[in-house]
Amino acid sequence: METAEKTLDEILALAAAHFKVPREKLSPDEDFFKALGIDSLQTLDLLTKLENHFRVELPDYELQGVTDFRTLAGKIQARL
Amino acid sequence: MGCERELGVKQFKGQALSWQVTSGVIELALHRGPCNELGSVALGELEHFTAALDDLEQDAHALIIYSELKSGFCAGADLRELYARSQTIERTQAVLGVRDFLERIHHVLNRIDAAPLTTIAAVHGVTFGGGFELALVCDLIIADKMARFCFPELRLGLIPGFGGIPRLKRDLGNAVVRDLLLTGRSFNATKAQQIGLVSQVVAEGEALRVARATAAQIGKFDRETAVAAKRFIKPIPHDELRHEIDVFCELFSRSAVQAALKKFVESTDAQPYLP
Repeated sequence: METAEKTLDEILALAAAHFKVPREKLSPDEDFFKALGIDSLQTLDLLTKLENHFRVELPDYELQGVTDFRTLAGKIQARL
Repeated sequence: MGCERELGVKQFKGQALSWQVTSGVIELALHRGPCNELGSVALGELEHFTAALDDLEQDAHALIIYSELKSGFCAGADLRELYARSQTIERTQAVLGVRDFLERIHHVLNRIDAAPLTTIAAVHGVTFGGGFELALVCDLIIADKMARFCFPELRLGLIPGFGGIPRLKRDLGNAVVRDLLLTGRSFNATKAQQIGLVSQVVAEGEALRVARATAAQIGKFDRETAVAAKRFIKPIPHDELRHEIDVFCELFSRSAVQAALKKFVESTDAQPYLP
């Protein structure tokens, strides 16, 4: 089973690749809307990518109030 | 309508959509930014399309509906237009205006639903609300793996109004319908295929190509047989569709809906499409 840190690393790598942002510019605790410069439609794209990658289903209401990668990783980890 | 070009009934280029017929396949392309929201312009051009369908169907065996926009298939009703119009007139008139719009869009979608062709929705990205309902009128949905489906109307204090509930019930088990409608959550193409909504999930960007290949395959079979089979297995739930309009209009008249629409339209939040 994946560790939380590994899950977080994979999310950061996926987000960087999908939105073409240098990986080193993303940190686990910053606001990903601001870091990635994305809106809610693009957030749904990220959600889809993560669901496909981790083979989980994450209802989007689980994202309420989630703005940083570390918290997002926790939500994914809870489904693994 | 402005900025459209009538190129003969077999071709049309409008502001919101275009169509052409190639090798017996009608291709209806949506292309009104930001995400093909269905407002008065799109509705007018959809009516133009269905008026031309009697003629287009003569030489066609399939219809593919797809989006040319990167943002997705269709984000649903044009809520900004709906809100703007409801602010300029008295509430009773606004509800009548909504009813008129719904009846017109139902007429269009029912016509596509009943078309004596095999209809395919090739979807990607956001396929929400009215966009989901447009896909549901088709016989087949082919989704790329980034497609996402949702009926977010509950978040506005509404129910789907373009025929989504009766058509969802036609295709899926009641438990799944309850989950989608009562949680208002979005779900991906993999889930959509697991529940029997989507017939094929394909790589990102490949939905239209696969839809064309599927349409070509369908063209090999006897068209009259396909039409007879479709009429037999895919009834149109007319009574429930009319009832849905009534329920929608009743809900729309409430002030809570106006408040929710205002919040969506005026939001500068990064998250208006998240529940």
